[in-house]
Formats: sequence, structure tokens, C-alpha cells
Amino acid sequence: MEEIRLIDIKEEILSDNRGLADRLRQRLSQEKVFMLNLMGSPGAGKTSLILKTISSLRDRYRIAVVEADIESLVDSEKVAALGIRTVQIQTGGFCHVDAAMVEKALGLLPLGELDLIILENVGNLVCPAETDTGAIRNVVILSVPEGDDKPLKYPLIFSVCDALVVNKVDYMDKADFDLGRVKERVLALNSKIRLFSLSCTTSSGVDEWARWLDQEVSAFQRA
Amino acid sequence: MTKSIFQIVLKHARANNVEKVISVNLEIGALSDLQDEWIQRYFDRLSRGTVVEGAKLKTNRVPAVFRCNCCQEQFRVHSLLEEDLSCRQCNSRDVTLISGREYRVQSMEAH
Repeated sequence: MEEIRLIDIKEEILSDNRGLADRLRQRLSQEKVFMLNLMGSPGAGKTSLILKTISSLRDRYRIAVVEADIESLVDSEKVAALGIRTVQIQTGGFCHVDAAMVEKALGLLPLGELDLIILENVGNLVCPAETDTGAIRNVVILSVPEGDDKPLKYPLIFSVCDALVVNKVDYMDKADFDLGRVKERVLALNSKIRLFSLSCTTSSGVDEWARWLDQEVSAFQRA
Repeated sequence: MTKSIFQIVLKHARANNVEKVISVNLEIGALSDLQDEWIQRYFDRLSRGTVVEGAKLKTNRVPAVFRCNCCQEQFRVHSLLEEDLSCRQCNSRDVTLISGREYRVQSMEAH
């Protein structure tokens, strides 16, 4: 019987992706283009939030959208109808966007003519959380009908995001959703996360969200 | 994710002139939602026809560590599905995550 050897490896999984993501971030910083990675379950309201954000900020920034949601043909049509440049990522059935896919998408955009790129990630709370896209800020959107137990079941995504948007707050009366419970849990996982509650239907709370993003983009561009 | 694990293992297998990889030790933080069964299944598919074929993935789940913002006590949480994240010492619920996102290929056993 041959001897079994124990070989030490100690290597980070996905370090290749992280390396590429860091290079993309560097490039975006040089070009002064802010990229927002928007994640959330299917139906949470990613596209609705993008549409609201575009109408709030399109007078201040030149915006493009990178679409990766599986049902995103419909989504990109909605965005394109606003006259906003969109690029479709073919994830080939992948459950998330990785840095290589973003690199390809950026190659199709005139970065010199843009200030803000919004990446609509694949509708999923697991895999996108594991994979750095090269975005400057990561945001997760959670809708009230999904339930307030999501931070309990999918802790990673809440721990890696810069902001949590709780959408569909107009459903709060009809749903058993404890916003205080969500906030406490999410802040334990991530003390730096910013929290926004809004409704893309009634537009309540959208201004506060847009103001934050505006500040983030302008601070990034001044840096 | 699994592809990244496979590539790391294959690289080290080649560098060490390995004939056959028997098992791979992974260190995965408690925050990960990844299911061992699925990682193994994808891994088996990717490794077919290589020296890594048939290797068993052994996952060591590393507990998440939180620090209490009131008394500074640090405590471990093995499953984030656990409802209670309050400080084990003073019961404060004002706590901060310190670690639990590990994603590492630690070592492998091979001939």
C-alpha cells in the first residue's frame, strides 16, 4: 500500500475571481465610473428599484444598466424604453455574475461617457453573495412579502452588502413582517450596512435611497 | 465556486506529482449557504478523468465569531440559523460579526 501524503494547500477559494474583480474596481476608479451591484430574490423588485433610481438620478448622472437576471430580456426592454443604455450579460444559466462576465459587459460600454452603472444580478440570495463582481457598492433588496426571516436563512449576503433596501413596505399591514427584527439581525451581521425602507409602487422612501446613492457616487467621483 | 476548488486542487496535485487525490479538506465559514452534497456532486463531474477523480471533499465548518459591543465578550455561533445572536455573557443584542466567511482549501490527502 502506498503511503498517503498530507499536502498543505491553504489557498482561498475564488481568489482568481477576486483578483479580477479588484482590477475591474481599479479601472472603474480611474474612469470615475461607479458600479452598483444590485442583488435580491426574483420578484423582490430589482428592476423596479433600477427604474426608480434612473428617474431620480438621470439628470445628475449618465447611467447604464448591465442586466443579468435570467428573465432579463423583459427587464432590459423596460430599461431601454427609458432611453438608457443597457448591456445584456449571458450567464448561460449561471446562478450569479462573476468578474469575468462583468469585464465583458464593460467592454461593450463607453466608460468615458458614463458616471453610474447599475448591475442587476441574477435573482438569487446565495451565489451572488459569494462572488465579487468588481462593483464599488453592493446592495441587497428584500421585499416585505418574502418574509422577515431572510437574514436568518441567507446571512452571507447581508454580511457583504453596503446597503439593504426593504421594498414593498406598502405590504407591511398585510404581511407578518417585523422590520425591527430584520434591522437587529442585519446589523449584527454587518454593523456598517445602511438600511432603507421604501415602496417602488408608492415611491415612499425612494428619495432617501436616491440621496444616499447620489452621495456615494459624488464622493467616489471626487476621490 | 466548485470549479475554483477543483482548479486549486488540480494545480497542487500536479505541483506535487500526485498519482491520486484521496480527499480534500475545505474550511468553510458558518455564513456560507453552500451545501456539501452539491459541491461534491459538481466536483465529481469536474474531476472526471483527472488524478482528482473520486476524491472526497471534507468540509470543516468554521463557526462565526461575534463580539459584543457592550462588554466586548467574543463568542462563537455554529449555525447562523440559530435565532439567538445575543451576547453569551451580558445578553446584549448589540453585537458585531468578526469572522465566519472563510472559504479555503486547507489541504489534501494523496498518494
